[in-house]
This record gives sequence, structure tokens and C-alpha cells, in this order.
Amino acid sequence: MITSLTVVLIVFFLFKEGIGVFNKKPIEDGYVVTINKNNPVKNISSESIKDIYDQKITYWNQLGGTPDSIILFRLEDISNYYTDEQIGENFEGLANCINRLVDSLPNIIAFFPEKYLAPDFNGHNLNISKITLSEFLIGKEWFPTAQPVAQLGVMPLILGTLWVSLGAILIALPLGLAAAIFMSEIAKDKVRNIMKPLIELLAGIPSVVYGFFGLVVIVPLIQKTFDLPVGETGLAGSIILAIMALPTIITISEDAMRNTPRAVKEASLALGASKWQTIYKVVIPYSVSGISAGAILGIGRAIGETMAVLMVTGNAAVIPHTILAPVRTIPATIAAELGEAPNGGLHYKALFALGCILFIITLFINLTVGFISNKKKHNNH
Amino acid sequence: MYKIESKNVDFFYGTFRALKNINIAIKANTVTALIGPSGCGKSTYLRLFNRMNDLIDETRITGNIFIDGKDIYAKGVNIDSLRKNVGMVFQKPNPFPKTIFENVAYGLRVNGVTDKKIIQERVETSIKLVALWDEVKDKLKKSAFELSGGQQQRLCIARALAIQPSVILMDEPTSALDPISTAKIEELIYELKTQYTIVIVTHNMQQAGRVSDTTAFFYMGELIEHDKTKIIFTNPKHERTQNYITGRFG
Repeated sequence: MITSLTVVLIVFFLFKEGIGVFNKKPIEDGYVVTINKNNPVKNISSESIKDIYDQKITYWNQLGGTPDSIILFRLEDISNYYTDEQIGENFEGLANCINRLVDSLPNIIAFFPEKYLAPDFNGHNLNISKITLSEFLIGKEWFPTAQPVAQLGVMPLILGTLWVSLGAILIALPLGLAAAIFMSEIAKDKVRNIMKPLIELLAGIPSVVYGFFGLVVIVPLIQKTFDLPVGETGLAGSIILAIMALPTIITISEDAMRNTPRAVKEASLALGASKWQTIYKVVIPYSVSGISAGAILGIGRAIGETMAVLMVTGNAAVIPHTILAPVRTIPATIAAELGEAPNGGLHYKALFALGCILFIITLFINLTVGFISNKKKHNNH
Repeated sequence: MYKIESKNVDFFYGTFRALKNINIAIKANTVTALIGPSGCGKSTYLRLFNRMNDLIDETRITGNIFIDGKDIYAKGVNIDSLRKNVGMVFQKPNPFPKTIFENVAYGLRVNGVTDKKIIQERVETSIKLVALWDEVKDKLKKSAFELSGGQQQRLCIARALAIQPSVILMDEPTSALDPISTAKIEELIYELKTQYTIVIVTHNMQQAGRVSDTTAFFYMGELIEHDKTKIIFTNPKHERTQNYITGRFG
């Protein structure tokens, strides 16, 4: 009762904060972007505004305008055009100066605080629309602090998370299963009694220590092996996560396998089945729900893991094309950026929205695996 | 020649000597009942014939057991083919979590039979042998767990028969069943005798009397007496046997 209430409360606040991101404009509070009123370009997408200020777009005809080069204007550039006297000691002439400047330069784009927007402003004030859900989800760029317009595309982060987790589970599941089979079916009690506590000990190591291990051992190894400029890659994250997920997968699968009734194993052996045939035809089918539970918890740990991944994946928010590229995951993003994001601001809410996405992904995975193992059980009995 | 012969067999769990110098000879196409109080070693002895005790750590056997004249504990014996020849039925019905058909086909599949026709045919024959065919022919694709306990046990016997063993070991096969299912299985044992050599462990004196040709009485790891069932039940040589049969102890 109390746990479900807690879960509901957590989810409620997570989503309340997260949804707030869609009520905000991606421009910094109290700022405007303006252009000359005679400029044939009337609307510029927030992505293009960013590209203009990054000087990736330098001519208006790239946006369907005249073939003139774009003149960038930020507030600090004002002294290039006007003297201190004209601006005034307390910036009282500033609004007027900006107004005249925007009016006189047909190719200007100006980014400045709204309080310096003159009442009789003679330029075109660009309308920056609110972030939409689809922009947020399929946007390819994550620059939450970009000036003048923040870019909040979470696609690279979602893909990074899935990429690293998928890699981790692909490494951990076969290894974990093999270890579980060895411990439950092959190893003598003596060996098992030594191995089991050791493996359980692995689960108790703090994740930052795993991250440190990854940074010192795995990252240089990957860099050397694949001859890369940097070793901080998705693969390093996958390996570390696999190591971290292993104890969960091994312990739970092993318990499930040991729960296979002795009588059924003996029945299989008594029919002339070899040990291996018995393992994959009887023991594994019998313990499949335990194995999938182990896998779920393993994936759960992999997707939600923060610190170790933050330390070894390189954290570049770009869509990964190979496992040897740096990636950035959702939890790492939240952990790294929440401290710098102003409370209640756009960036802050975007991070909560990321948390919501993470929650939905894990919920979805749990439901899917639960559904599969239920179906499997139904077939068996 | 005897089908099964055991010569000077001793068996140890760690340092505990569970069986002491057991000598038995069993003829082909007979039913041999192993009786005795709990813990006397009769189940342990039964499990020596298909080397099921190999699964238990720190056990040791001395002496020899011959099946068809071959020492099954000799070096280089293939345990899987031994077990294919020596089928086993357990105390409680233990079907696999598979369909009725797949339960019976299991032994064939693990022994490398892939021809669908042969599998189909053998499964059908085996299920008919245990007189279960009419009850399950319409639900072969259903889970084996949908059957009653007695049906499950007969299915387990069919499963053992499918791989065509020559010896069948039964470890208290009716102890978990109701009287009607028990009667059916006893009848089955009687019929199977024509094709198979059967060794059965039982706690039920009447059952031993009804189904077996010879009876061996075990006590504290020793074989007290092995003779024709009639003689054991009417005129045993040893007083201990007499006391056990008449229910004065055990």
C-alpha cells in the first residue's frame, strides 16, 4: 500500500515537472530575436537560429531570403555601432539604438533582452514557438544551454541509452546463463559455496568503483585494441554495465535452475539424455521465468545505471553509429546537468521530461518481458 | 544366463556403508520385487542398475553388476546408452512441462531419432501399451499436467517404454496413487513382463505378492533372502522375513 502510494507520488511529480517543458519557449526567459522588417524571411525555426549563431548558416538565401550574408548581433556588439554617449550611462538610449540599428541594416538578426525592445520597435520580432512533443522526441540535437535558442532533441540520448543497454545485455546474458548453469548443474558443492558469495559480493561494489575500473582498465584497452582516438565509447559502457548486471542475472537464474525438481532432471537422465541435453531441454525451459526475471532486473540496472556509465562513455550527445563511438545516456545526462540547470527553468524541466522517458522505457520493457514469460508459462502448464 | 547379476556389491555414501555384499541374479522377463523397511537400501540398490547414484556426490560402489553379461560399472561404459537400455519409473509422476506427445517423444529425440514417422509410431505404440491411448488420443497436444495422477504415472511408463529398453526399474510406482490407478498399473506390470525384465521397489506387501515372480527382502543394507515370491510369502527361511511379511515390525 505505502509502496504503491510512493510510486504513484513519484510518477506524479516526475510527470508534472516533465510536462512543464512543453509550456516553455526554447529561448532564454525575457529575450527576443528580431530581424529587419523588410527581410523576406519571416519565420526561422529554432534549429536554424542556432545554426545562424553557430555560423553554420551565413547567407539569408539558405533560409529562402536574399543572397546577402547574415549580420549577427548580440547585445555586447552594440559598442561597435554606437558610442557610450548614445547608449547612455544607464543604458537609457539602448532600446532606441537597437531599434535604429535593426531598422538600418536589412540583413541583421539581433538577439537581446526584451526590456530593450523599444515601444515603437520597427523591426520584425521572430516568433519562437513552444517545444512540441515530436520535436522533443525526434530532435537530433541536445544543446540545452545553447544561445540564443536551446536545442532539446532527446533522440541521441534515447538511442545512446538503448544502445549501451542492448550491448550490455548481449554481453551479460550469455555469460550470466553460462555461469548460472555451471554453478547449479556442474560445479560441486564446494566450488559453488566459494563462488556464490564472491558473485554476490560483486553486486555490493559501489557503481563509482566500477566506473573507476572501467576508466583505468577497459577504456585504455578499447582504445588500444581498436586503435581509436579515445577509448570512452558505448562499448566501454556496455562492458561495465554487463559486469554490473552479471551478479543479478547469475544469482536469480541459478536459484531458478536449482528449483528445477530433481525428479524431472532424473527422469530426463534416466531416458538416456546427456547432461547437456537435460540442461537445455529440461532445466532451462523449467527455469525460463526465473531467467527472464534475472534478465529484466539486469536490463533494469543497465538502463538506470548512472555513475559508471557517465564515467566511461564519453558523453557526446550525438546519435551513435557504431559501438565504438562515444554516447550519452539519459541517466548520465540527468546526473551531469541537473546541478547546473536553474531550478524551474527550461533545462530543468527538460531533464525531468527525460526522467519520464526513462520511466516509460523501463515500464515498457518490464511489461513486455512479463507478458512473454506469462505466455511461456501458459504454454507449459 | 541371467539378465541381471549383482556380485558382492557394496555401496557407500561417504563413509556410510549403505549396501553390504549383495548377490542377486534375475532372469529375463520376470518381475522382481525389492521389499524391506524404510532405509534398508532397496531404493539405493535399484538405482545402481541405471547408475542413477552417480549423480550423488561422494558415493562409491565396489563389486560388479552385470546386465546381459556386461559389467555396467566397467571403465568406458556409455552411461547414456546404459540408461536407454534400462528404463526407470519414479515414485511420484514426474512428467516434463511439455505436451503429452512431447513427453513420450522426449527419449526418442534425445537419442537422436529425427524421423517424424518413427516418432509418431513409437509414441502411439507406447501410449497404447500403457492403455492410455483412448483417454489421451484427442489431447496429445495438451500439457501433460492436465492429466490425473494415475494417468501421469502411466504416461511416465509410456515415456520409459518409448525408447525400447529391455529392463524397467520401478521405484514405488504406485505410492502416490489411488487404489484404482494402482490396480491399473499392477495389471500393466503383469502384461509388460512378457517383453521386459522388471525390478520394482514397493512398500506394499500385497502388491509384491500380486505382481512379482521373485521377491528380495532387504534389512539394514543386507539382503536377507531372495526367492520365489510364493516361498517368501508362505514359507520364508529367515525369521526376520517372516516377521516383516506378517507385519510384526517395519
